[in-house]
Amino acid sequence: MIKTFSIGGIHPDKHKITAHNPIIDAGLPEYVYIPIKQHIGTPAKILVKQGDKVKVGTLLADSDGIVSADIHSSVSGEVVKIDNIPDAFGYDEKMIVIKVEGDEFEASIDTSSDIVKDIPFSVDEIIQKIRESGIVGMGGAGFPTPVKTTIPEGKKVDFLIVNGIECEPWLTADDRLMIEKAEEIVVGAKILNKILGIQNAIVAIDENKPEAIEVVRNITRRYVGVNVCECQTKYPQGGEKQLISAITGREVPSGKLPIDVGCVVQNVGTVFAVYEAVLKNKPLFERIVTVSGDDCAQPQNFRVRLGTPASFLIDKCGGLTQKTAEVIFGGPMMGHTVINLQAPITKLTSGVLLLSEKETHRPDMMDCIRCGKCVDACPIGLRPFLIGVYTRNNMIDELKDIHTMDCIECGSCAYICPARIPLLDYCKLGKIEIRKKQKG
Amino acid sequence: MLKVATAPHMFSPLDTKRLMRDVVIALMPAAVVAVFFFGLNALTVILTSVAACVMWEYLFVHYLLKQKSTINNYSAIITGMLLAFNLPATMPLWMVLIGAFMAIVVAKMAFGGLGKNIFNPALVGRVFLFISFPVQMTMWMKPNWHDFFNTDVQTAATTLGILKHLDASSSATSLTHEVEAVHDIPNYLQMFVGYTGGSLGEVSALALLVGGAYLLLRRVITWHVPFYYLATMLILTSAMWLLTDDVRYEPLTHLLSGGLMLGAIFMATDYATSPMSVKGKIIFAIGCGLLTFIIRFYSAYPEGVSFAILIMNAFVPLIDKFYYPRVYGTGRK
Repeated sequence: MIKTFSIGGIHPDKHKITAHNPIIDAGLPEYVYIPIKQHIGTPAKILVKQGDKVKVGTLLADSDGIVSADIHSSVSGEVVKIDNIPDAFGYDEKMIVIKVEGDEFEASIDTSSDIVKDIPFSVDEIIQKIRESGIVGMGGAGFPTPVKTTIPEGKKVDFLIVNGIECEPWLTADDRLMIEKAEEIVVGAKILNKILGIQNAIVAIDENKPEAIEVVRNITRRYVGVNVCECQTKYPQGGEKQLISAITGREVPSGKLPIDVGCVVQNVGTVFAVYEAVLKNKPLFERIVTVSGDDCAQPQNFRVRLGTPASFLIDKCGGLTQKTAEVIFGGPMMGHTVINLQAPITKLTSGVLLLSEKETHRPDMMDCIRCGKCVDACPIGLRPFLIGVYTRNNMIDELKDIHTMDCIECGSCAYICPARIPLLDYCKLGKIEIRKKQKG
Repeated sequence: MLKVATAPHMFSPLDTKRLMRDVVIALMPAAVVAVFFFGLNALTVILTSVAACVMWEYLFVHYLLKQKSTINNYSAIITGMLLAFNLPATMPLWMVLIGAFMAIVVAKMAFGGLGKNIFNPALVGRVFLFISFPVQMTMWMKPNWHDFFNTDVQTAATTLGILKHLDASSSATSLTHEVEAVHDIPNYLQMFVGYTGGSLGEVSALALLVGGAYLLLRRVITWHVPFYYLATMLILTSAMWLLTDDVRYEPLTHLLSGGLMLGAIFMATDYATSPMSVKGKIIFAIGCGLLTFIIRFYSAYPEGVSFAILIMNAFVPLIDKFYYPRVYGTGRK
């Protein structure tokens, strides 16, 4: 049975033009720029200094506290600079700059393409390996994975949901990964099953990825405790809360976490990284990135070393044109416009989109005509038009009363609004104002 | 040069202008039928009403508000068409001008323009004319497609008018009179295509349904309001018909006559004057159906759609206050 969430949702054009492009290696740039914070939480502590020689997989920075993640080198070469460098969005971030020399891996990394199926480690050993590999949620949130897989006292897990939805238009990185690394992902799910003490992993894939569904389903037949669930193609089906309600019928209570309803959700990219970390001793130093968009001459799915400048990928795909209006990290619904093309690909960059003015044009805002389309579209059941009114008038208590804090910032309201009211901006602003007031 | 923008970076092609243009397109079949049956008179009334509405809006925005003109969003054209659809073909044109003034200036612009009006502008215009000029507003032309230039205008009663007459006469006059009057009621096919006396746009259920289907297809409206409005009327009249065996309650006749189709598909679905959530829309539609039923059967007027929708319009803020979607994660009912 094809499942989906019951409240709201929209159907933007899919634009999955790279769905049939196999993943290719992006190659090595001249320099990589590795930020020491590619996750939610505290930045990692730098262990190297200028002039140090590093290999692929060398630990560059150590996690600082529980909510933090290790950072590894993605190339071999020499550390030439450690400095504050503007990231994709113009904010200064501490980055380690490495001049690439050759491509030498740490000896411990298993670089063979053999698929390892046995999991000879204890739960503690697995968690330790995941921690030492710097794995974070690769769907975009960047929450350190060890934290998410450590179940608090008194909580019980019923479902591990492997998120293969990728409902953002244009992006196909997860789709290709599932097609090409299906067995690794299934073994990765088994590893997570073991940590969580369950036999119930569900790989959720939406209908517009028939090839991935078939490939993964065929493999899950040979494994106990991992199954595929087909979901309807609808945005934001890949949202954690939407996916949980689609598959389990449960709802994460307002202000609570998925674990409170017995669910752990992991992106397929994260699950693949877990497999590689645990069974191939490979830390997280590369990821799949879709480079696409209506202004991209040769759209591709790349395997990219973290820290590679976005411009390196863009040039490989034909470069920018006069018509390019926006470069976006992530998808067009929730992604951010890039202002610094030299900025590196990080653990969280699922796509680089080159979009034209035609695609991104936002016409002038008009008056609300009360059509109610935002109310119908909101997957949380909020009233975005009202959030807009309250935010404009600085009515913070009222904003809180109508559950503005539950907004997942999916942008469905702003997408659908015929009067082009920037409803998502109002929601984000409203949340900021509520937090400000709570702090006093 | 690259832009910096906040998410989302793509937008639905459905904008205000396209939505409004789609409504104009959806009203076209009914307009064509009106001109077919009522000839030049119908065309003149429709064009006058549209021109007057656009003119009043332009004058108001340009000279009184001194702002950028809003007439290019098609909404004044819709109001103009809907107002004309609620008038008889023989309506004097100067009265149409007054109706358009009430609709645009008083009911719409005085409240702040598109989206801010509480009452459906076209219905306010119609009701104002109905109360001010009851004679002209109830003079119905007999449909005649052989006579485009209206050389031989004959009057006819509306179906609901005949039914109301039955009501008034049932106790006083003889049974034969009643039988004769029933004989004047058009058959279902005539009512369905629009070969019956009535306001310009309301006569043809077929044309209105075609327009409604187009609006649904283009996702301009959802099915809830028309469905629950018509269903409420159908259920109430059917129940009364079965209970009393009285021809006045004949359910299909009620569904196909008067302004019910026009009201359910085009007037009660007006964005600005209907609730925003699905739950609210259903309550609103059921309220409209209930009031239409009550007015049609228990008031002095044969027709109740305009009043029903206007009364329910007044409840919209209240409905919106109490009926909205359940927020995810706040407990199921």
